[in-house]
Amino acid sequence: MLSKRIIPCLDVRAGKVTKGIEFQGNVDIGDPVAMARAYYEQGADELVFYDITASNERRGIMIDVVAAVAREIFIPFSVGGGLRTLEDMRAVLLAGAEKVSIDSGAVRNPEIITQGARAFGSQCIVLSMQVKKTGARPGLPSGYEVVIDGGRLLTGKDAIEWAQQGERLGAGELCINSIDRDGTNLGFEIELTRSISDSVSIPVIASGGAGIPEHLREAFVEAGADAAIVASMVHYGTYPIPVIKRYLHEHQVEVRDGLVPERSGL
Amino acid sequence: MIAIVDYRAGNLTSVASALEHLGHRCEITDRPDKIRSAERVILPGVGAAGATMENLRRLELDHVLREDVIKAGKPFLGICIGIQILMDHSAEDDTRCLGVVAGEVVRFPAAVDGCPLKVPQIGWNRVHKLGAHPIFAGVAEGSHFYFVNSYYPRPADPSVVIATAEHGVVFCAALARERLVATQFHLEKSGAAGLRVLDNFCGL
Repeated sequence: MLSKRIIPCLDVRAGKVTKGIEFQGNVDIGDPVAMARAYYEQGADELVFYDITASNERRGIMIDVVAAVAREIFIPFSVGGGLRTLEDMRAVLLAGAEKVSIDSGAVRNPEIITQGARAFGSQCIVLSMQVKKTGARPGLPSGYEVVIDGGRLLTGKDAIEWAQQGERLGAGELCINSIDRDGTNLGFEIELTRSISDSVSIPVIASGGAGIPEHLREAFVEAGADAAIVASMVHYGTYPIPVIKRYLHEHQVEVRDGLVPERSGL
Repeated sequence: MIAIVDYRAGNLTSVASALEHLGHRCEITDRPDKIRSAERVILPGVGAAGATMENLRRLELDHVLREDVIKAGKPFLGICIGIQILMDHSAEDDTRCLGVVAGEVVRFPAAVDGCPLKVPQIGWNRVHKLGAHPIFAGVAEGSHFYFVNSYYPRPADPSVVIATAEHGVVFCAALARERLVATQFHLEKSGAAGLRVLDNFCGL
């Protein structure tokens, strides 16, 4: 049986980690490579980096970060933010990322999901979606709407239908980020995550709102998520990953003990 | 020198990074002479069986791996697609493989007892050791390793299976025969446990 994955998320702007509160007012936290190594040693199961500058002239900085991370940590990690073309994807995969995360680019050009899956395999392609609860109406049966461009633009797409379409197009995993919960520490959007988890057969990653270990238990047990993204609750040292894992283990959630032994040379 | 076989697919640099981190010299190469003269050979990577075999044949490496590496008794490590192409045949793309280990590569079932099974398996799964193969020295029974696979190997001779894992079905997670070792899980992405196994291979 697969264990549930805890995935620290590192928002990177111009080579530095930031964490946004509802995508506004980003503040610098630190060096992405050092943070990645710390999370690796604490037993993170995977990492995700979002390049939130994502302008062409800055892309090179992110590739250097990816390559440096790949030399130091030996767990999977994905990279997202502004990836639009096969060449964008190839560059981060060749630099050492395990997966690419595509978001607004896939809404504008769904074919990129299929092209990426054909070129690199479905397991490389994480379809990430930003979702806002805007209320059920004709054409939006679930009431959950996909938004793009960092949460600024409503698309009219129903999140559950987009999730199913993403799976059909070749996505290997889905990352469901609730804009309403992002940065709030109020817990994941359970109803949304459950609805999508029940509608697809690929792994689902819950994102947005993690504040305490119980929120992860809810995502795994009540929403059926396979993995959960954490950010500020780990970035500020409030809940080190071993503390979260111990809580989950005590609540009968299968997790991996991934502490890297000190001085083991590993 | 450890040769990492470059067959134009997969993420080869992460295996090289892991070896360098452990202090082992390695080279990513597609040259038969370098593979023949290497002390050890690793075939890593995520990929489809059909494309992998096609590339190995086009680079004329299928024969080199079968005859000059594996049959010659040179230490060989296959990772992920590298365990699958050792078998006779893969259901993925109906592919004839290297045929150095008798058996088939089959797909995970779509459902078990009416419950849908997530395929591909993506994530950390417990690996159960059978016996005490030196490749697992220092690795706790039931340790988690990172898997990404829709297919798994089913060797005809169960005595080659040195570890199993469960994803809907109990399947062969690692096999060994003499100095041939192969794992379905990604050693280069499995944290400290994976690095330990990789280091053990370098001492075989």
